[in-house]
Amino acid sequence: MPTFFERRQLVTPGDLIAEGAYIAGENTYAEDSKIYASRIGIVEYDNKKIDVVALRAFYIPKIDDIIIGTVVEVGFNGWTVDINAPYLAMLRASDVLSRPFKPQKDELSQVLNAGDLIVAKIISYDRAHDPQITVAEPGLGKITRGQIMKIISTKIPRVIGRKGSMISMIKQETGCQIILGLNGMILITGKTPEDEELAMMAIHKIDEESHISGLTDRITQMLKDKKKEKEENKE
Amino acid sequence: MSSLITRVKQKQIAQLIAKGKRLDGRSLTDYREIKIEQGTIERAEGSARVLLGKTEILAGTKIEVGEPFSDTPNEGVLTVNAELVPLASSTFEPGPPDENSIELARIVDRGIRESKAIDLEKLCIEPGKKVFVVFVDVYVLNHDGNLIDASALAAMAALLNTKMPNYEIEDGEVKLKPDSTPLPVRKHPITTTFAKINGNLVIDPGLEEEQVMDARLSMAIDDDGNICAIQKGCSGSIPPNQILEAAKIADEKSKEMRTKLEW
Amino acid sequence: MSQKPEKLIDKKGIRLDGRKPDELRTVKVDVGVLSNADGSAYIELGKNKILAAVFGPRELHPKHLSLPDRMVIRCRYHMAPFSVQERKSPAPSRREVELSKVIRESLEPAIFLEYYPRIGIDIFIEVLQADGSTRCASITAASLALADAGIPMRDLVSACSAGKVDGTIVLDLMDTEDKMGEADVPVALMPNSNAITLLQMDGNLTQDEFEKTVSLAVEGCKKIYAIQKEALKTKYVSVNEVSEAEE
Repeated sequence: MPTFFERRQLVTPGDLIAEGAYIAGENTYAEDSKIYASRIGIVEYDNKKIDVVALRAFYIPKIDDIIIGTVVEVGFNGWTVDINAPYLAMLRASDVLSRPFKPQKDELSQVLNAGDLIVAKIISYDRAHDPQITVAEPGLGKITRGQIMKIISTKIPRVIGRKGSMISMIKQETGCQIILGLNGMILITGKTPEDEELAMMAIHKIDEESHISGLTDRITQMLKDKKKEKEENKE
Repeated sequence: MSSLITRVKQKQIAQLIAKGKRLDGRSLTDYREIKIEQGTIERAEGSARVLLGKTEILAGTKIEVGEPFSDTPNEGVLTVNAELVPLASSTFEPGPPDENSIELARIVDRGIRESKAIDLEKLCIEPGKKVFVVFVDVYVLNHDGNLIDASALAAMAALLNTKMPNYEIEDGEVKLKPDSTPLPVRKHPITTTFAKINGNLVIDPGLEEEQVMDARLSMAIDDDGNICAIQKGCSGSIPPNQILEAAKIADEKSKEMRTKLEW
Repeated sequence: MSQKPEKLIDKKGIRLDGRKPDELRTVKVDVGVLSNADGSAYIELGKNKILAAVFGPRELHPKHLSLPDRMVIRCRYHMAPFSVQERKSPAPSRREVELSKVIRESLEPAIFLEYYPRIGIDIFIEVLQADGSTRCASITAASLALADAGIPMRDLVSACSAGKVDGTIVLDLMDTEDKMGEADVPVALMPNSNAITLLQMDGNLTQDEFEKTVSLAVEGCKKIYAIQKEALKTKYVSVNEVSEAEE
């Protein structure tokens, strides 16, 4: 059963990755027992399953995903939220207001207005309906401080690292709180703007070099070097 | 009014084609019944009405005196336009020509122009200054599939029916006389359109066949069997060998058509 | 006003720009060149200079333009007024309308439209300078822009023209050859499935000549495919692969 690309090699749409009894995973498709890539990305083999970790993709909502979104419109019984996906999401007023919603009395824009950032969770999504989100869980709701950055959603797992090792390391080295939206939006809240920028720099580096191995060590090294620089500059 | 085709119908069409037949009993390479009338519109310099099955096209030609293009000072001008008249189909909306009517006009134009069906030099009145401009207007009156072949036939029939006014030049002015000569038509290109359905090519697709086709292929062939114009349409694909196969079938069909029409 | 050259191919079989009949013009491709577009590519094919941009997938406005079971593709092929010898009016010409349609129809077969219903993709093609076979170069660039935008595709679409000039079958026609030659056949291909997604012709060819011309164009498409892949690989493996060896 031949394979034509090695693990971690770059493939482009239409590249024949393997032939035989393989399973077409992410960003691949099968035709006549041949597995082809459907996006630009890096090949990963997981036993018989072939995935392509896409270097270029857009976010498609999945139920239970934690995401960060921007309110774009205040409607009659809820808000329309941009979740960095091709589909706009809906946040129902009843989800946010603890008491029954009275359209005449309740001024929705007082609760959430266009331009507000929120951390939310996808509660429903299918081919025929736009995604619905909720903020009625602990840790979700309006964002009041911190910095937002955007990376391609497929890189989020790399930022998390194996068993969360990468993200824990960054949090530790920078002292920042970091919320990773699975839609590629990231919220960083630190004690100082410099700490926040350090975390952002680390994440940018992951975004750019995610397809090269030895990343965790390089990021750790970079953070340690920058901190040392900061100490030296203070003196 | 829905122009959606049901899955049941789609399956039916595919199953029939696999057996070499179509909804109306035709074989894969049969045309529907064709009727051509010429001279239907007296006001026009030439006209023709074509019925291809229930598809109905009316083509009219008008001749005017105009200026030649700067890069062809000795040649007359041919211009083809097509209207998908709203009464022809619930899918046609009033308004300026959309991509479908523009494509149709340009495909018909290409067949006539590239085959050099009209000797444009004979339309020259005064080189670089005055030439005859032939307007061909294709009017789709009923859409029941294969507007391309029907329009190409209508345009050619209208041109064959067209009379060019005789003229004399008086004090540098072109004066048209009441008598006329037939437009000099020297070639009779025939366009054959195929629909690719479930991997098979069928000639002269009807409306429902067009709704399920993956791709469309039109080929214009002249009296010498040379290919003059081709247009692949729709969002599917065709392998190269099937295209060459179509070219051979189109060659036969165009000969048959020319014989039948006595062109 | 340009004069018609005496011959388009000389006694040695060399064309006006020094090429042999089966030679492609110089191709230069760059991916991800526009920061606002979701995907983009720039191509130079001989003197052609063409920019392609992809926006989306995104919701369509008004909503009724979308389809319930698949993506809608909109494509606009447009030539800049200064792109041709005689200034071209910026208003869309009938030719641009037709080309927008056939280009869209050449790319759609490669895209997994069914994956994402109710949304659409906009493809914008701007011809900044034209020198024959612009629709082919446009398709080549648009295909890369789609990949750059992360649109899932079966394959890239590669396009190339072939034709007949002074009685000889040639590859990749430039403007003079298209205008003065005997036939022009633009072709677009999905190389893996050997499926032709664009095919047009104007001119005059015998059945035999047509077969040779299509074959030559398909060969040309395969050469373009290799160039497209190279461009994507160069863009996305920007850091030395030596680091890979460290693992």
